[in-house]
Amino acid sequence: MGVGNTGKGVSELADEVRERLSSPSGQELFALLIVLGIVVLALDLVRRLATGEMAFGRLWRYTWNGLVDSLYIALAAIGLSMTYSILRFANFSHGDLVTTGAFSGWAVAWLIGGWGVYGVGELVLFSPTAAGPTGGELGMSVLASPVAILVGLVAAALLTIGVALAIDRLVYRRMRDASGISLLIASVGVALALRYIIGVFWTVESHSATASAPILEEIPAWLPFERLNLHELTLVATAVGLIVGLHLLLQYTKLGKAMRAMADNKDLALITGIPTERVIFATWSIGAGLAGVAGYLIVLDRGQFSINIGWFLLLLIFAAVILGGIGSIYGALVGSLVIGLTINVSLVWIPADLNEIAAFTLMILILIVKPDGLLGGVETA
Amino acid sequence: MSGADPDGDPETETAEVPGDEEPDDSEEPSAVIRPEWRSDLLLVAKVVLATYVGFFVVGVLSGAGVNATVGTIQSITFFGAIFALGALALNLHWGYTGMFNIGIAGFMAIGAYTLSIAVASPDGSPAGFGLPIPVGIVLGTIAAGLAGLVLVIPTLRVRADYFAIVTLGFSEIVRLSVQSRSLREIGDTAYGTGGGQGIRATPVDSVVGWLFDQPIVGDVGGVLIVLGETVGIASSVLERGIYTLVLILFVVAFYVLLTRIAHSPFGRVLKAIREDELAAKSLGKRTDRAKIAAFALGCALMGLVGTLWMGSRTHISPDNFMPLITFYVFVALIVGGAGSNTGSVIGGFAFAAFIFEGPRFVRTMVRANLGTDFPRTAHGAFAELGAGDPSALIGYVLYQQADEVRYIVLGVVLIVLMIKRPDGLLGHRKEIAAGVDLSRRGPVADGGRPAVGSDDRAGTESETDDPAATNGGDRDE
Repeated sequence: MGVGNTGKGVSELADEVRERLSSPSGQELFALLIVLGIVVLALDLVRRLATGEMAFGRLWRYTWNGLVDSLYIALAAIGLSMTYSILRFANFSHGDLVTTGAFSGWAVAWLIGGWGVYGVGELVLFSPTAAGPTGGELGMSVLASPVAILVGLVAAALLTIGVALAIDRLVYRRMRDASGISLLIASVGVALALRYIIGVFWTVESHSATASAPILEEIPAWLPFERLNLHELTLVATAVGLIVGLHLLLQYTKLGKAMRAMADNKDLALITGIPTERVIFATWSIGAGLAGVAGYLIVLDRGQFSINIGWFLLLLIFAAVILGGIGSIYGALVGSLVIGLTINVSLVWIPADLNEIAAFTLMILILIVKPDGLLGGVETA
Repeated sequence: MSGADPDGDPETETAEVPGDEEPDDSEEPSAVIRPEWRSDLLLVAKVVLATYVGFFVVGVLSGAGVNATVGTIQSITFFGAIFALGALALNLHWGYTGMFNIGIAGFMAIGAYTLSIAVASPDGSPAGFGLPIPVGIVLGTIAAGLAGLVLVIPTLRVRADYFAIVTLGFSEIVRLSVQSRSLREIGDTAYGTGGGQGIRATPVDSVVGWLFDQPIVGDVGGVLIVLGETVGIASSVLERGIYTLVLILFVVAFYVLLTRIAHSPFGRVLKAIREDELAAKSLGKRTDRAKIAAFALGCALMGLVGTLWMGSRTHISPDNFMPLITFYVFVALIVGGAGSNTGSVIGGFAFAAFIFEGPRFVRTMVRANLGTDFPRTAHGAFAELGAGDPSALIGYVLYQQADEVRYIVLGVVLIVLMIKRPDGLLGHRKEIAAGVDLSRRGPVADGGRPAVGSDDRAGTESETDDPAATNGGDRDE
C-alpha cells in the first residue's frame, strides 16, 4: 500500500514482514506443508499421465469409485453432522446405526424374497445353517426382485429410525444437559451394546446377502463407462435423491428452519418457542434413516458384510464430518467427497491397504490446521 | 472449552456437597493434602478380598471345580493388574490433565511391537534384533512416549472431542500400518512388522522361568507348585500367577509414581489445567509444557503396559490392538472414577472381575452344569426353544456367545455409569488443584497456589474427608 511514504514506514513494514516470515505459527507451517504436498502430488499425477505411466482410464476408475464411496459416506455423515450440531456431541454409535440398517434391511429383503419357501429363521439370519439359501438362490438383485430390494431399503430406514429413537429415549434423553464428553462416552457404550446385540443373533461371522450384480453391457456412447453395475447405479441414484431431498427439506420447510435455528443457538431456539424435543426427534429420524439406508446400500454394492461394517466406517465418516466442519451438513457433503476421493485416488501412489491411513492422516492434519473444517464451521446453513 | 469440567456440569458437583458429609476414615491434622496410603491400601485390599471370596464360593458351589475357579481368580488378578496399569496411565491424561485420549490401543501397539522387533530372533521371519527382554521393554516404553510427544505437540490446542477423534484416528493408523502388507518386511531388509501374521518373539513372561532358576525364589516357587498340585491346581495356573505377581509390582510402582506426581507442583498444574486451563495459564503456569510432558509420560506408560500385556504372548498381531482395548481401559478408569489413582486400581480390578472375566466365568459354570452341547446359531437356539427346551437358548447366549455378552455388558455399564454415576465409584475423591486443604484455610489460600475457579472451591468441600472441615462447611460465602 503506502510503502513509499517515509523511510520509517518502510522499515516497520519490513520488520513486520520479516517477523511473519521468520516466525510463522505452527498452524501456518502445517498448512503450508499440506498445500505443498498436494501441489507435489498433483504435479506428479500430471507427469504420470503425460508419460503414460498411468492410463487415463485407471484414473477415471479411481475417481468414479471415489464418487461412489463418497455418496454412502455422505449419507452416514449427514446424520453424524446433524447430531453433532443439534445434540452437541460426537456420536460414536452412529457407525452402528449403519450396521443396524444393513442387518435389518437385508433381513426384511430376504424375508420377502424367500417367503413361503424357506423358514423365517433361516431367512432373517441369512442362512445360519448349510441348508439355507444363498443370496444368489433368492435372486437378491435389483433386476430379479426389485420389490424385495425396495421394501428392504424402506425397512432399513424405518427400523434404524426405530432403534435410534429407542436409544434416544433410553439413554440420551436422560442426559440432555450432560456435557459433550459424557454423552460421547455414553455413545461408545451404546455402540458396543448395539453392535454385539446384533452379534448375538447374527454372530460375528461375515455374511453374503446379495446375488451378483446385474451388469449393463450396452451403454450409450456418450457415457464414460464401458459397463454399468446396476447395484452401484442404484446406490448412486438413491443417495443423490436423498441428498437433494434433504437439501429441500432443510431450506424450504419450517422443520428445516427450526433445525438450523437449533443448531445455531439452542437456547435462543428454546426462547423463540421452537419445540426442541420435536426437532431432536426429527434429527434422529433423518440422521438414523440416512445411516440405515447407507448401510443397506453398502451391502447392495459390496455383497459381503459383518457386524463391524459400521464401526470400520465410523472413522471415515468422522473424517468427512471434520473436514467439512463439524455441524455443517453441506460441509459434510464436501468432506465426504474429499474423503471418498482420497481413499481411492491415493491408490495411484500407495498400496490398497494403506488408503485409509491416508484418509485418517488427512483428517488429523485438517484438525490441526483448520479445526473449523474446510468450509469454516458454518453450522447447518 | 478444554478447561471445562471433564466429569459433567459443576451443578451436580455442588449439589452433592451435603450428601458427602459422612466423616469417614483418616484424620488429617495438617492442612497440606497428602496421599492417604494406608486407608487406600486397605480399601483396595478389601475390594480384592471380597471379590476373591465371592468368586471362590460361587465357583466351588456351582461345581466349576477348584482348578477352574482358581484359574479364573488368577485371570482376574492378571487382567485386573493390566487394566489397573492402563487406567493409572490414562488417569494421568484424563483424570488429572483432562486430555481425552482414546488412542490407548495405538500406544500399546507401539510399545509391544517395538519390544517384539527388538527381542525377536535375528533369523526369524520377520527378523528381530535379538536384544534382551528388559532392553526391549525400555525401548518399547520410550517409543510409545516419543509417539505421544509427536502426536501431542501439534494437537495441543485441539478441542477435547476433536482430540478424542485424533487419538482414535492415530491408534487406527498405527494398527493399519502394522497390518499393512507393504510393511511386512520393510524395503529389502528382513525387518518389519510381519503384516497380518504379526511377529513371534520370546514372551515377556519367560521371566517366570528365569525366576525359578534363581536360588531362593526358585525354591519357594517349587514348593508352591507342589502345594498347588496337591489341592488340584495346575502348575500352569501357578506359573501364570507368578507373572501376575510381577505385574502387581508394576502396579505398585505406577501407583507410587503417579501419586507422587499428583501431589507435586507439576501435578497441581495438571489438575489446574483440567479445571480451567486459561486460569492456570494466567497464573503464569506453562500449561502447554505441562500438557506435553504429561501426555508423553502417560503414553510411555501405556507403551509399557502394552509390552507387559501383549508381550507376554509368544506372538503378537494387529488384531490384538483393536480400539476395543482402549475402551476396556476407559471403562476401568470410569468405573473407578477418573481423577483418583486408588479409584483407577479398584476400577481396573472390578472391571477385570465383573465385566471382563465375569461372562467367561459364567461360561465355565454353564459348561460344568449344562455341558457344552449347545446350538451354534441363534436359529438353532430358537428352534430348540420352540421345541420346549429353554436351556438351549441360555446355553447359546451364555456359552457360545460369552464374548458378545461381555461386550454388551461393557456397553451397558458404560451407559448406566454415565447416566447414574458419571464420577465413578471413587469419583468423589477427585483431587483438587490446590496443594492445601482450602476448606480449612478459608477462602483465601496462601498466595501463588493455582487455586482456580469458584466451582472448584465448591468441589473442595466434597473432596474433604476431614470431619473438622465438614463442621466448618458453612463458610461465609
